[in-house]
Amino acid sequence: MRDVLTTCAYCGCGCGVYLHEEQGRVIGSTASRNHPVSRNNLCVKGWHLHEFIHHPDRLTEPLIRKKGSLQPASWGEALDYTARELGRIRDKTAGQGIGVLSSAKCTNEENYLLQKFTRAVLKTNNIDHCARL
Amino acid sequence: MTNSINEIENAQVILVSGSNTTEAHPQVARRMLTAVDRGAKLIVIDPRKTVLAEAAHIHLAIRPGTDIPLLNGMMRIILDENLVDDLFVEMRTENYYQLRDMLYRLDLDEVARITGVELDKISRAAQLYAQAQKAVICYCLGITQHICGTRNVQALANLAMMTGNIEKEDTGVDPLRGQNNVQGACDMGALPAVFPSYQPVSNDDYREKFEAAWNVDLSPTPGLSLLEMTHGGKDGPIRAMFIMGENPMLSDPVLSKVQETLTHLEFLAVSDIFLSETAQLAHVVFPAASFAEKTGTFTNSERRVQMVRPAIAPIGNCRTDGDIISALAQRLDYPMEYDSPAEVMEEIAMLAPIYGGMHHDRLEEGWGLQWPCWDRSHPGTPFLHKYYFTRGRGHFVPADHEPPSELPDKTYPLLLITGRIYHHYHTGTMTRRSSTLNRECNAALLQVNKADADRLQVRSGEMVTVTSRRGMIEVAVEISDQVQPGSVYTNFHFAEAPINKLCIDTWDPQAHCPEFKVCAVKVAKK
Ligand code: SF4
Repeated sequence: MRDVLTTCAYCGCGCGVYLHEEQGRVIGSTASRNHPVSRNNLCVKGWHLHEFIHHPDRLTEPLIRKKGSLQPASWGEALDYTARELGRIRDKTAGQGIGVLSSAKCTNEENYLLQKFTRAVLKTNNIDHCARL
Repeated sequence: MTNSINEIENAQVILVSGSNTTEAHPQVARRMLTAVDRGAKLIVIDPRKTVLAEAAHIHLAIRPGTDIPLLNGMMRIILDENLVDDLFVEMRTENYYQLRDMLYRLDLDEVARITGVELDKISRAAQLYAQAQKAVICYCLGITQHICGTRNVQALANLAMMTGNIEKEDTGVDPLRGQNNVQGACDMGALPAVFPSYQPVSNDDYREKFEAAWNVDLSPTPGLSLLEMTHGGKDGPIRAMFIMGENPMLSDPVLSKVQETLTHLEFLAVSDIFLSETAQLAHVVFPAASFAEKTGTFTNSERRVQMVRPAIAPIGNCRTDGDIISALAQRLDYPMEYDSPAEVMEEIAMLAPIYGGMHHDRLEEGWGLQWPCWDRSHPGTPFLHKYYFTRGRGHFVPADHEPPSELPDKTYPLLLITGRIYHHYHTGTMTRRSSTLNRECNAALLQVNKADADRLQVRSGEMVTVTSRRGMIEVAVEISDQVQPGSVYTNFHFAEAPINKLCIDTWDPQAHCPEFKVCAVKVAKK
């Protein structure tokens, strides 16, 4: 078993938690003893932080809508289609017809990349996230 | 937050406003209760008798949406009792006289009448807060999710500034951030009007800096906000959307409008870990890696930037959102290639001054760093406003009462308040799939006061319909003295009872924060 120190993904308290990995699966989470916020304690969400990771409902393949329903597709196909459509609507509307929502659940690095992509590539400042919700 | 979470333990008076802290921010609540054990006094402003309100020395159970008259009333009492910190006001603030004139015009009996709280209680709370050496104010969405959200925040700031309860260790005004990385998403410029580190897109100097670094031309016009994008309807301005890890189909107010907007897009791509209600409407869905499968950083409520480390490789064919964005950029002829998230952070440090000293190799050590952290040798900032307000002197802006845009009437006689609970997180896409959390708490309940329940002839557990001018949902009743007669309460974690169908789509004009907290409904037995 391997313990990985990381940060809880649920609330803005930001507890330090250990995820326990065994044979490629995350099988538990416990509090960091010395972390200034968790101090050896988590709330009920943190103690069960690992439970959604391997849930059978997790998406594991890209999906594309074909004849009205979402069907498994390859990464190449999904990325090509998305880039083509975003590019087309960007060009048609000078960027103003595109909207991007970023996520308070993603990392800082990902949020940075997405706003850079939106501003530099999609040519719009139409980017926001659910901070206020 | 301007303070660190642990500083709350050392406060002498803690004023909590519009935050169901024990459920939404458990660790912050722990610090508050520790402080109380050490002799601190706790004042809670909340229409509901929450767990924290029960532990409070003074519970100001205001009518929903009357925060401003209450806070103004407290300030008037502080003025009358000569408890203003004159030196602080003189040295560190501006525009005080405008506030004072407004307070002198205030009628305290009127305040008691509007808020529904006895004057004596308001007076005790005001004196307790003003006399403390170290006093902390914590507030949350109960304050910001109103049509007057920005003014509510301003009123709290006025109260803190006039008593000098700001700018010191263990003392300040602390907004509690909801989701784990809301702070970071804002810091990173996932906002329509600012680049990372809150640098306005309309400012030529900042824009030129980013244009040079990214080697492109950038638009000086602020973009549309989330509600403007998702509520345009079928003829709205937005034709295509890319949505990363959000579920506006459950979290937004007035869901029918969101559905209309999203289903009429020419193109919708969603990246998420589960097939959310929003992903179900998409043309393309990307399977994203979860937080346990990637490297990066989150920034918590106290501005602490901390490492996220992978415990496992992405499951199945998942990829990280970072990889998805890079692959799309590549296809649109703008390579965004980075060796690692650490290299992305190097670019952030270069362009975002408050993150100037954030580097993964530093964050790997210890417990992260709190911004502002200007450069590699800077130790980070546990409490903000140490020697200055960010904008120079603290500016008083008197705040007037504005009633909620929809109040109960004959047809819709009850006031609906919404919030969140301990076991679940936001729209539940993650927590609802945690077997333990779902077993312990698996249905939305509508809290109804005993008096109203008797009148409606419903018992706990019975199903009722809740109807507003915008929609109807079904939900089970829980009779509870947490709510006052005339109001009902529920939360928005459950797709089976999408409470946002009922909510009103007016929003605060300055912060674009939807008025989630109150609207008028009627309840009927099924
Ligand atoms: S363990 Fe609980 S209190 Fe700590 S960050 Fe996670 S959700 Fe928040």
